[in-house]
Amino acid sequence: MVSHNHTNATVRPKGLSDKKKTALAGYLFISPFFLLFAIFGAFPMLFSFYLAFQKWNGFGEMTFVGVKNFSLIFTDPLFWKSIYNTIVIGLLGTGPQLIAALILAVALNSAMVKFKSVFRVAYFVPNVTSIVAVAIVFTVLFSEQEAGLVNATLSLFGISPVSWQTSEWGAKIAIATMIFWRWVGYNSIIFLAGLQSIPKDLYEAAEIDGAKKWQQFLFITVPMLKPIIVFVVFTATIGSLQIFAEPLIFGSGFREESMTIVLYLWREAFSNNAFGTASATAVSLFLLIIVFTTINFFASNRLDKSGK
Amino acid sequence: MLRKKGFVNKVTIHVLLIIGALLSVFPLYWMFVMATQPNHVINKLPPAVVPGDKLVENFRNVLENVDFFGAMWNSFVVASLTTLGVLFFSSLAGFAFAKLQFKGREKLFAVILITMMIPPQLGLIPQYFIITKLGWLNDLKAIIIPGLVNAFGIFWMRQYIKDAIPDELIEAAKIDGCSIFRVYWNIVVPSILPAFATLGILTFMFVWNDFLWPLTVLRDESSYTIQIAIRALQDAYVKDYGMILSGTFWATLPLVVVFLMFNKLFISSLTQGSVKQ
Repeated sequence: MVSHNHTNATVRPKGLSDKKKTALAGYLFISPFFLLFAIFGAFPMLFSFYLAFQKWNGFGEMTFVGVKNFSLIFTDPLFWKSIYNTIVIGLLGTGPQLIAALILAVALNSAMVKFKSVFRVAYFVPNVTSIVAVAIVFTVLFSEQEAGLVNATLSLFGISPVSWQTSEWGAKIAIATMIFWRWVGYNSIIFLAGLQSIPKDLYEAAEIDGAKKWQQFLFITVPMLKPIIVFVVFTATIGSLQIFAEPLIFGSGFREESMTIVLYLWREAFSNNAFGTASATAVSLFLLIIVFTTINFFASNRLDKSGK
Repeated sequence: MLRKKGFVNKVTIHVLLIIGALLSVFPLYWMFVMATQPNHVINKLPPAVVPGDKLVENFRNVLENVDFFGAMWNSFVVASLTTLGVLFFSSLAGFAFAKLQFKGREKLFAVILITMMIPPQLGLIPQYFIITKLGWLNDLKAIIIPGLVNAFGIFWMRQYIKDAIPDELIEAAKIDGCSIFRVYWNIVVPSILPAFATLGILTFMFVWNDFLWPLTVLRDESSYTIQIAIRALQDAYVKDYGMILSGTFWATLPLVVVFLMFNKLFISSLTQGSVKQ
């Protein structure tokens, strides 16, 4: 089956036992990751912590300034605004989205639905569209003009035109809609996979016991889907905290209404050349993600306990 | 009575699903509509919802403003080479973690899992200066080389190889005198083609659509990937929306077509990645 090969002689150093050779190959095979990660991953991440305590414009000398970078950003109202915006956009973009995804998944899972695969494709296609393309299209859809498609549609219901790009809530709703659109189908297909793995006899038993449809949904479907829901909420939370492209493109730069943490970081670094405060922002973002992950973790643990 | 209720349910569910599908597809259709309309249509009431006749002219304007095909080619090169690298290095490391015995194996694997949880933005600024020091600014290497290895890929490959290949097969090949790399090449690689397809699609899509890192290190037009190029169209001072959406549409189309052709494989690949974690 496998031919003997003269290269064996060169690959095998003399005098090494079989066990040692295997171990050596193991280290060799995993070394590319550790090598490249050390240079492009670990070192930059650690260096961010160092840079967070330096004043540096990217060219001259670095000077140690202690916690000054942190006090600078913590006293900058825009920094707090960017955290607030990130959380609000994240909640608006994922909360309703996950509920809609669950409803779509339940509908798709119903036995009587025809053309399931067509629906799946239609729901999934936004997810293969790049964020940049989505942001550009939605910038035009949510044009501030009266003739913008969303404004024109709203006017049919007697709602006057909204300044989507320049108003506090307009910008957030528009950006949240982009996130909603790009991910709702993706998540509904993940939920659908979960629904299909729930044993049918659970529902049959409940039916015999006289449970109504909504009771079955609440007491069978939701608990059985819990691991998937927890996972989706985890990834959605971390993804939300990293929103960058949508507000950059939609707000045409750095508008206050749509400033997010990563956008603030990017502006400090590559627009203001303040690499110290930018690094302090990166460290803050890292800590924020840890806090949110911990909250998620404890919340899902508590859910687990109360469910039992 | 019961049948009537069933019918009403069926209609309600279908109406819901169809509305959802239309909303899902509409922005893409509308991107096409705008790509065929002159710029002034953006201010016209009622808004245009059917294609116009400026398909060719708008695209010609795109070509005048950015090197569209150059950017497409850059994206293709970056995404293909990164994907090849990720497939090779991830399967090699995944094989080592799944089947080879060495000291500290579990601990090193745990390290890889932990690196997956760190947000990539944390190292963004020093990364930028490393790339500058290496002289890789405006060079596709800046995207490809750091992207060659990927913790998720290793994790994914390890899980797959663990179940897909019996230990006896590897032992037998070793007794036959196979070097360990030969075991990888002749036995492991042919048996994990489905995992290659999944990880390949995930990686290619991710790199093709990536924005933050290319925006940071590709500042010169000749090095733009397609995402940066269409962003440059949109960022111009005078906005011609017919032209902007034409660029966006033609940039989006290839991946959507490939997706439609292999939709089952795409959907399972992109969702498996998260369901199985």
